[in-house]
Order: sequence, then structure tokens, then C-alpha cells
Amino acid sequence: MSLRRQGGGSSPWRCLPVVLALLLLFLPRAFAAGDPFADLASTNIDTVARGIRELAVSGSPRAKPVMAALEGGKLVAWRWPRPDAPLFIRTSNGYVDARTGAPVADPPMPVNLRPVILNDTVRGAIETAAGVLDLFSPQAAKRRAAAEALFQAADPAALPTIQRALAHEKNAGVARVLREARAAAELKSTTATIPDRLTAIKVLAAREDLSSRNLLASLQGEPPAVAAAATAAIAQIDRQLQMWQLVEDVYYGISLGAVLLLAATGLAITFGVMGVINMAHGEMVMIGAYTTFVVQQAIASAAPALNEYGLLFSVPAAFLVAGALGVVIERTLIRFLYGRPLETLLATWGLSLVLQQAVRSIFGPTNQDVSSPDWMSGFVKLGGLTLTVNRLWIILFALLVLAALMAVLRWGGLGRSIRAVTQNRRMAAAMGIRTPWIDAMTFGLGSGIAGMAGVALSQIDNVSPNLGQNYIIDSFIVVVVGGVGNLWGTLFGAMILGVVDKFVEPFAGAVLGKIIVLVLLILFIQRRPRGLFPLKGRAVEA
Amino acid sequence: MRDAVITLTCVLGGAALLAVLNLATPETSALHVSSFVIGLTGKYLCYAILALAVDLVWGYAGILTLGHAAFFALGGYAMGMYLMREIGARGVYANPLLPDFMVFLGWKHLPWYWFGFDHIAVALVAAMVVPAILAGVFGWLTFRSRVSGVYLSIITQALTYALMLAFFRNEMGFGGNNGMTDFKDIAGFPIGRDGTTVGLMLVTAVVLAAAYLLSRALVRSRYGKVLIAVRDTESRTRFLGYRPEHYKLVVWVISAVLAGIGGALYVPQVGIINPSEFAPANSIEAVIWVAVGGRGTLSGAILGAVLVNLGKTWLTGALPEVWLFALGGLFIVVTLFLPRGLIGLAARRRKRDEPTPTAVAAAREVTG
Repeated sequence: MSLRRQGGGSSPWRCLPVVLALLLLFLPRAFAAGDPFADLASTNIDTVARGIRELAVSGSPRAKPVMAALEGGKLVAWRWPRPDAPLFIRTSNGYVDARTGAPVADPPMPVNLRPVILNDTVRGAIETAAGVLDLFSPQAAKRRAAAEALFQAADPAALPTIQRALAHEKNAGVARVLREARAAAELKSTTATIPDRLTAIKVLAAREDLSSRNLLASLQGEPPAVAAAATAAIAQIDRQLQMWQLVEDVYYGISLGAVLLLAATGLAITFGVMGVINMAHGEMVMIGAYTTFVVQQAIASAAPALNEYGLLFSVPAAFLVAGALGVVIERTLIRFLYGRPLETLLATWGLSLVLQQAVRSIFGPTNQDVSSPDWMSGFVKLGGLTLTVNRLWIILFALLVLAALMAVLRWGGLGRSIRAVTQNRRMAAAMGIRTPWIDAMTFGLGSGIAGMAGVALSQIDNVSPNLGQNYIIDSFIVVVVGGVGNLWGTLFGAMILGVVDKFVEPFAGAVLGKIIVLVLLILFIQRRPRGLFPLKGRAVEA
Repeated sequence: MRDAVITLTCVLGGAALLAVLNLATPETSALHVSSFVIGLTGKYLCYAILALAVDLVWGYAGILTLGHAAFFALGGYAMGMYLMREIGARGVYANPLLPDFMVFLGWKHLPWYWFGFDHIAVALVAAMVVPAILAGVFGWLTFRSRVSGVYLSIITQALTYALMLAFFRNEMGFGGNNGMTDFKDIAGFPIGRDGTTVGLMLVTAVVLAAAYLLSRALVRSRYGKVLIAVRDTESRTRFLGYRPEHYKLVVWVISAVLAGIGGALYVPQVGIINPSEFAPANSIEAVIWVAVGGRGTLSGAILGAVLVNLGKTWLTGALPEVWLFALGGLFIVVTLFLPRGLIGLAARRRKRDEPTPTAVAAAREVTG
């Protein structure tokens, strides 16, 4: 823009009509050569767009840098037409020839140059072209993405390219997307025959997603046969979409359930097995998240090469830090309060305040930035579902933690002692088990698991001193719903709560959904005061 | 008898003394008590009413409530609705009927549950009836199904949490996130004027004294004796032919009403009510007041509420970083070393004429 304004009053502008008239004579020659670069130098928007398309399908190695330059406003042409239609890319230290990529030895004066037209039409053409460029990439994933972009563009002009790509395509998945792209382009084209259109609608209907539905819905002025087919296809897609929506809701519910499960598993040990009401449980989760942060900082400064795998170190570190803290808490506080649940509740609440404030004093009240490794980001497409990879990892992690804990309790030496002490403390002591030590270890185990939950939560939630507060009530609800002292119950409790939460949310809103869940819980406890899977016993009062 | 006389003297005498020092001395005098202090005292006395309510259920019925702030806030909202209506056309939007936030939200009509709240009597009745109904329904459901101990505590917390989320919603018609504020006057007296502040503080002191006497009569009656029996061994009391759920329900509802009254007195004195009053942390703080003063002693609840809040006011002003450490530490120290609170500490040498909750719990632990 600044170039044009600069030259606005200078002499070349004034003699423009003459020069234009003269040089118009040479222009047809440039077109006849089919030189896309000459098209790009045109002042006609449609010609420029055509040039971009031609350049994309030409397979020229210069196509990518030229388009990048055009998008960045760095592609400049001669201010007035010339038969050789020079095209330059402006770089930080001069100009290079757009055709060859060689530096221009004799730099043109800026007054003589203008940027190549860049408006929405041109941008759209670039976008499509970028897709076309990747269509011939050796990587299947890139070809697939390119085909997908072409489908979204639904540009009839791209039809020949799509045909060409289809002829070469060996990968079945990519070929399917290409056929869908062809169908989309055909539907938009004015020349396609009615049978062609009907086939295209069939292909689109089989795709069963929102974009194909939108495409079908946007058809206008079609012959009756085509319109009817489109309506039927839309109805079919809607049914499918509804089903996928249901599956997606369940998935999100399970994903939320996994988060709750992670937060509640540790509590199932300290509260469920030991009967200790640990209101500072959320703070153990928070400390796990902060451990992740510290480990990440340490790795970034000591061994940046390991950045990607920082989380692998964070998991054991968080377990050890939170677990050790748990042992200390048990030895200095909890052990004096066994058998007095209400007092335990108050003391651990106080502890949670102290821990929160301590973290706030050390790290500050703001959120800490914990980054996600590449292998945990991105999406996975599964039919009509789009799943975020980090949620998948968290579901997996939650289940792994639960399984590991069950294995430890079932087969581990510590687990055996824990069960013995829970079932009959005096007998266990008589058999030589150091019950106070087992108490400390059990509490440490529960706290350590909370710490590992913190590692996972650091990936999806803000790492702040209040992190634990958001999960403590939900965690207790999970343990209570599942039934105290029963890990399977915890699993089901978490999943039920997560799924119910996600199903209530859409029609009630997030906040009201939460309230409904809480009310349901209160009613649930009416019916099952000891949870879904109560432990059988003879006691009048637990 | 002696403890009652001491408590009443402290509450009523102290309040009267402060009032006199505020009104009768010139501002330059060394003895002058500023209106700020009077306002603070009024606030503490409201907290003391809440503490009494908590102590009734926790100290005498063994129900550790982590949700009493819900009843307190409901009472506060009832009063807040009256105060909003009282603003009338003096609001920012000068709407004679609708409070400002409703005009702001584009509401055209007053919701049905706001009708009648232009009379203070209606607000006061609502401040007692609404908590009573909520407590009645909630208590009937939970006590009937014998939910007790920590389960009950956690449900009470869930209750106040749910209410907090609900009141955050604008659609509820209670001012949403911002709550209600900018009150102009109460029963014709302009809020914020010295005389009104002193008057409200004195009223609160009298109500606190009355609540204390009522609670005292309640726990010393035959009903109170059964209640204590329920607290100590619920199953044994049931086997003796009593219905523990009925005894618990009565005290639970009375306690909720007391908390509601406390909230209704609280709002005109602090000048704002918003959903954060429902925060579970507030309820738990009320429990620690009782624990510090001495669970199961009514005067202890009052003492604890005043002392802890004095400390809070001082610390959050002087060393804001330290307050949460101090509060957290208080929870730990009191439960570990002061099971009977400050009153228990003072009365340690005196003859024990009634079993305290912790002593009984300890005894039960030994016998199994």
C-alpha cells in the first residue's frame, strides 16, 4: 500500500495510458504461453486467482515460496505491464526472482513496483491451492488433509486436479476423501449432469458429517430428483449425527468421569479404606500439579532434550512428593485423631488452608504455565467423533492408576498388610504387622495417588493454589456414591457422575446441571446411605 | 446460672457501653468509639448468632454442619430483598418497582416471589420461614434415612454449594453474581448514618441475648437431655424408645431459623449480600468459631465467634498473608490440643456437671 501511495503523483503514473496501450499488444502473448507467473502479475483479480490455481497444479517447486510470499504481501510485480511480466519476492536484503528464486543482481526501484493484488478472492484461491499442493505430497496424512481442504472448498475449478490426484492415489482412505471432494465440487459445478449429481449426493450422504450436511443444505434451484435426493440424504445425515452426538456425550462423560476417578482414587484409599476424612486431599492433587510444574522447569533448564518426556518424570516425582507429605501428615496430625471423624475433618480442613497459603506464598497466586508435550496434543477422528488426544491419555492414565492400585492391594506385600489392618487391626498387630507404620504408608499411598492425579490435571486445568478445591467435593461425592472402601464402586461412581453431569448439562446449563446432580445425590443417599456397593457388616453405626 | 449471667452481662453490657461511648462522647475524646467499630461489633454479634445456631446442632445434637451459612445467607437474602424494594425510585434506573439489576437484565415484571417484600415484616418472617422450610425438608429427608456423621457433613456442604451455584445465576432473580447492594434505608432509618448503625448493633445484641436464653432453656429442658443422649449414643437412645430423627429435626430447624435471623440482621449492617455468602468455606469457618470457644457450651460459641473474627479483622488488615496460615493453624491446634475450647480451658478445674461431647466420644472409643 505504501508503495502505491508513494508513486501516486510521480511521472510514471501520468504516462500510464500510453504505456498501457502500447504494452497491451504484448499481453496476449504472455497468456498464450500459459505462464502462471504472468497471470499473477495481472491487475485482474480473476486472472490472479487463475494464476494461483495454475501454479498449484503445475507442480513447480517455486509454487510454495511464491504463494507464501503472496500471502505475506511480499510478492511484487512491475507497476505497469511489461511483456516479460517480472515478479519479485521482497526479502529482508533485496529482491529475488519469483520464477527462479535467484537473487536479483540489479534491484528495481521501489517506485516501479506494486504488491500483487491480495483480497479475499485471492486468499481463497491460495487456500485451495495450498491444499492442491499437498495433494501430491509423498505423505498420506498430508494428502488426506489436502483432500479434506478441497472438500471444504467445494470448488468446481479444482475438479481436473482432483481427477488427476484420484488417478494416482493408492491409499484407500485418501481416495475416499478425494471422491468426496469430487462430489462436493460436482454439486457446486453448473455443468455436472443429473446422474452425476445424484451419485455425488450419495457419496456426500455416506460421509455423514456436519460439513456434508451443510453442503447439501446449501443446494438451490436443483431439478426435483436431485432436490429430493438431497433432502433424503440430509435426513439420513441428521440421524447419524444425532447418534454420534450421543456417543460424543457419553465420551465426554467418561472423560469427565476419568478426571473424577483420578481425583477420587486416592480418596478411596484414605477415606474409603482408612476412614480418614481428608479435606486436604484436594491440596495433595494441587501439590502434584505443582510438582509437575517444578519438574518441567528443572528439565527445561537442565536437559531441554527431554522436554517432551517431562511428564514421565513428573508422575513418579509427584507420587513421591505427595506421598512423603502424606506420611508426614499422618504421623504428625491424623494419627492423633483416629476414631474422631468430625475432628479429623476440621483439622484437615485447616491443613488444606495452610497448604494453599504456603503454595500461594511460594509460587504466587497466579496460574503456572504447564505445557503439554506434542504426543498429548491434537485430535483423533473416529467415525463422526473428534477426540482430543490429551483426554484419551487421561482416561487411559486413570484406568492404569486404578489397575495398579488394585494390583498393589491384591498382590503387593504392602497391600496385604493394608487389608489385614483394615479387616482386623488387633489380629494384624498380633501377627507382627506394625500397624502404625501401615497406617502411615496407607495414607502416603492415597496421597501419592492424589499427587499423580495432579500431574494429569495439570494438563487440562489451571495450575493454581485453588486447583484442589474444585475437585474435593466431587471426589467425596464419587466415593460416597460408589460406596466407601470399594474401588470398583469408585470407578462406577466416577463414571456415573461424569456421564450424568454431561447429559444434564446440555439442557440445563453447566451450573444448573451441577445443582441437579447435587440434588440427585442427596436423594440418592436417601435410598442408599452407604453407597452403590456397601460393605456388608453387622454394625448399627459405621 | 452464673455462666448465663456473665454471658448476658458481657453481650448486653458490652453493646450498651459501646453505644454510649459512640453517641455520648465527642469525636476528639480518647474514649470515643468510632462508628466503624460499632459496625464491626454488629457484624461480630451476627456471627455470634450463627455460631449459636451451629453450636446447637453440633454441640448438642452431634450434627457437624458444614452448610449453616446457607441458612444465614437465605435470611440475608430475605432482608436484602426488602432493602432493595425500599430503595424504590432512588436507584440508578429510578424504577419505582423493579430493583436496578432487574431493569439492567431487561425484566419487565417483578417475579412473584418478590411480592410483599416492600414490608419489613414480610422480610423478617421470610428470613425465618424460608430457612425453616429448607431445613425441615432437608432434615426430614436425611435424618429419616439415618444419614449421620461425615456423610451428613458432606451433604450439608453440598447443599450450600448447590445454593451458591444457584444464586450465581441471574435467572434466579436475586441479582446473580453481584448480589444486592446500595441500600438506602431500613424501616425509614437511613443506612450508614451513625444512629442507625448503633441501633442495628443494639438490636443485634438483644436478639443474640434472646437467642442465647432460648437455646439455654432448650438444651437444659427434658428435650435437651434426650438430644444430648442422641448425640452421645444415637442407637441406644433409639432402643430406649425415643425417635432420634424427631429430636434432631426440631433442633435442626430451630438452628436454621436462628441462622436466618442472624443473616437478616447481618445484611443491613454490612450493606451487601451476594452468593459468596453461601461458600462452603464460610460454613466451615463458623464451625471453627464454635470449636475455638468450646463446643457444647453456648457462651463458648459467642466467645469464639467474636474472638476469631477480631483476629481475622486484625490479621487480614495487618498481615493478609498470614491470615490463612493462622486460620488453618487454629483448626489444627484446637482439634488437637483444645478439644473443649477456651471455655473448657477456663473451666478445667471446675467440677464437671455435664458430659461434654469429646469426653463421651473418647469414652465410646475405649469401650468400642
